Amino acid sequence: MFALELKNISKTFGSFKANDGISLSVKCGEVHAILGENGAGKSTLMKIIFGLYQPDIGGEIFLKGQKVTISNPRFAIKNGIGMVHQHFMLVRPFSILQNIILGVEPRKWFGIVDYKAARKQVNELSKTYNFNIEPDRIVETISVGMQQKVEIIKTLYRNAELIILDEPTASLTPQEVLDFYRIVENLKRLGKTIIIITHKLHEIKEIADRCTIIRKGQFIETVDVSSTSEEELAAKMVGRIVDLKVSKSNANPGEIIFSVKDLCVLNDKLFLKVNHFNLDLRRGEILGLAGIDGNGQRELVEALSGLRKIKSGSIKLNNREISNLTPRQIYESKLAMIPEDRQRRGLVLDFQVKDNFVLQRIEKSPFSHYGFIITREIEKFADTMMERFDIRPRNIELNARNLSGGNQQKIILAREIANNPDVLIAFQPTRGLDVGAIEYIHQELIKLRDQGKAILLISYELDEVINLSDRIAVIIDGAVSANLSEETLATHKNIKEHIGLFMAGGKA
Amino acid sequence: MKKFLFSFLCVLSGLLFGALILKLSGISPIEAYTVMWNGAISKPSYIAYIIIRSTPLILTGLSVAFAFRTGLFNIGSEGQFIMGALSAAFFGYFFNFNPWIQIPLVLMLAVFISSLYGGLAGFMKALFGVHEVISTIMLNWIALYFSNYMVLHDGFHKANTETSEFINPSTSITILENWKSSDAGLEWLGQHPLISDFLRPSINAGIFLAILAVIIIWLLLKKTTFGFKLKAVGLSPEAARYAGINVNKKMTQSMMIAGGLSGLAGATHVMGVSKNVAILAAHEGYGFDGIAVSLIGSNAPFGSMIAGFFLGALKYSGQKIQSALEAPSEVISIMIGAIIFFIAIPVIFERPINKILKLWEKK
Repeated sequence: MFALELKNISKTFGSFKANDGISLSVKCGEVHAILGENGAGKSTLMKIIFGLYQPDIGGEIFLKGQKVTISNPRFAIKNGIGMVHQHFMLVRPFSILQNIILGVEPRKWFGIVDYKAARKQVNELSKTYNFNIEPDRIVETISVGMQQKVEIIKTLYRNAELIILDEPTASLTPQEVLDFYRIVENLKRLGKTIIIITHKLHEIKEIADRCTIIRKGQFIETVDVSSTSEEELAAKMVGRIVDLKVSKSNANPGEIIFSVKDLCVLNDKLFLKVNHFNLDLRRGEILGLAGIDGNGQRELVEALSGLRKIKSGSIKLNNREISNLTPRQIYESKLAMIPEDRQRRGLVLDFQVKDNFVLQRIEKSPFSHYGFIITREIEKFADTMMERFDIRPRNIELNARNLSGGNQQKIILAREIANNPDVLIAFQPTRGLDVGAIEYIHQELIKLRDQGKAILLISYELDEVINLSDRIAVIIDGAVSANLSEETLATHKNIKEHIGLFMAGGKA
Repeated sequence: MKKFLFSFLCVLSGLLFGALILKLSGISPIEAYTVMWNGAISKPSYIAYIIIRSTPLILTGLSVAFAFRTGLFNIGSEGQFIMGALSAAFFGYFFNFNPWIQIPLVLMLAVFISSLYGGLAGFMKALFGVHEVISTIMLNWIALYFSNYMVLHDGFHKANTETSEFINPSTSITILENWKSSDAGLEWLGQHPLISDFLRPSINAGIFLAILAVIIIWLLLKKTTFGFKLKAVGLSPEAARYAGINVNKKMTQSMMIAGGLSGLAGATHVMGVSKNVAILAAHEGYGFDGIAVSLIGSNAPFGSMIAGFFLGALKYSGQKIQSALEAPSEVISIMIGAIIFFIAIPVIFERPINKILKLWEKK
């Protein structure tokens, strides 16, 4: 029997078809992945299932064989559909228990919330599904992985039979991801049906039974996961063959150009987040800094780019001390940066694309003269960059906000490279990008390496670090806990587990 | 285009809402609006009055709009206006040079002092993180009471009045002020009644300064690297900081310019219209009206100019329904409130605007 069937679902926004005649069936008790690039229409489809959007006329939805019109989320919840959004919908100052029962509180007389009954029920759920939650912890104080568990229990508490998980592993650490896989197995074992929206291929191989691929709003295929490979999935998602493994020649490292010694940096709450951090970076190599989110990477990058004062230590670029200089001075000493949060820090989203290309250089010739902007030169420059990096749509007057994530990242990359830097710090350069864009960014980074630039890659995605780096350092609690040479990377059999161990606190 | 249409629809809705209020108070809206229309344009002197009214509104509106482009909400226009007015009255009284020196000198001093006053709020935000809304509200009151204190000070206070001494005639920017009352002037004006009527109010050079300021600010925002950086700071301070722009400095500079513009409004008011400053029991509202002007003008320089004229006209002609129809002139305030209200909820006009734009494109 099918838990959910969609027939010919379309959704049009203005003249844009987000979904175009999609049909799919989800079997009872299976884990069904929906795979597609960013902007392929996955989220729109899920919002239709959850009643947040109405499909265009002609589309039909069947729940357990019954034809239904899901007019709003309340109807969806009542009919056993639960959804966990990518960005959690939790009231942060409330306790776990309060969050779970919010909106469907069990009541005693005069509408007083019956916490006792609620706690009992939540504890039972936690036990059945092996969640190990502490109902009275405040949501603000628990980890992201735990918050996700709370979201899942929330759906179970509302008697969900079909649970939709939107990009569930996007913000989890590697350990939490493993934990999450176990939860999904548990849910499946106990008869729940699960839909997972994702663009991570190994995740699908790991937990999904079947996978439906969507491309540009259209249904491509539903496949059995066990009889397909990651390469095949990727090719179907993107519509062409993609290199999942980055192909690169051996590094040809030159002299040390960038060196960090005994660096200590405090965060806003005056905790020591970077603690005697050491690192040497050579021309012509990519050094990967692996580590779990929150081990001082953010503070390190802010110190390196001049946004945060250092407490002690030194940062030398070309034998010149650059610590505690302003961001402008550091930029001008040929250190470029791809920031972690491209929407908040990398781009002025409501500026036109062309203006974003010259954010740092507006005062330089030829973009301005005696303080007056020379629009023609900016446009010429922007046009060249759009062409060279294949940024789409090819319209420099568009606001940066209206471009896809991949194209936004290309703007930043183009801009940073244009200053001909000696060192490029790439912080989570492919976060949230789809396979095609990731491939592109990776290739560009390797090209830069081959031109003799030094690249520091900081990423929470271990796969990315391993794939791209010539050497790897592991950061934990603000210090380097392990250094892995090129030989080790090439020869070690189980490199991923090896590094994972260091990331979790093992010693070299 | 879209923004203009939006403001236009908001204004239209505000007028309709005003009509509803008039109707509810038993007055024919058509009659009231006819009185207002005639009261605004039927005589040259009416237009002159509107120009006089609009001048400070354009400048304070421009001040608020400019700060807004840097992401700052300048509630302090009121206080900066007072500082400009006080400075102009003060230096206009104590200095007495040839008008060619006197007028630019007093103007510059007034703008300078009020820009320091505005900059103070930006400086406090940059250095200590004091929110500019809080600091400018308090600075408004400090300006008010400082002005009152100065007005009563011996040597500046005009005996037996509630005001300061008048500025020296060399400071006046009123157009043809002396000639108007001279024999030759009276004779010539007698033969040209329309021009005579137009010159009857103290029409002054302030409006030229205001329009000049609008053009300069427009150029600054549109064509200079300075404006580029200010806008970057306004739209995304984080990204601006990352791109090496000194956000704190830009915020201070922006508030200084905003303060200078409001101060210019105060100075032109003193030098062109009032010729002195008086004890104030409460704020006069030029600065607060500037916020409305800026909002109606969608925070753009030329938008502020048009909105300034509009609000000036509305305020001037609105008085007339009181005497003509015994209608409450507060209706005007309600109307302005309604317009702002509609501006605050752009969603309601999204559909009609898109429809109109589509029709437009088809043509």
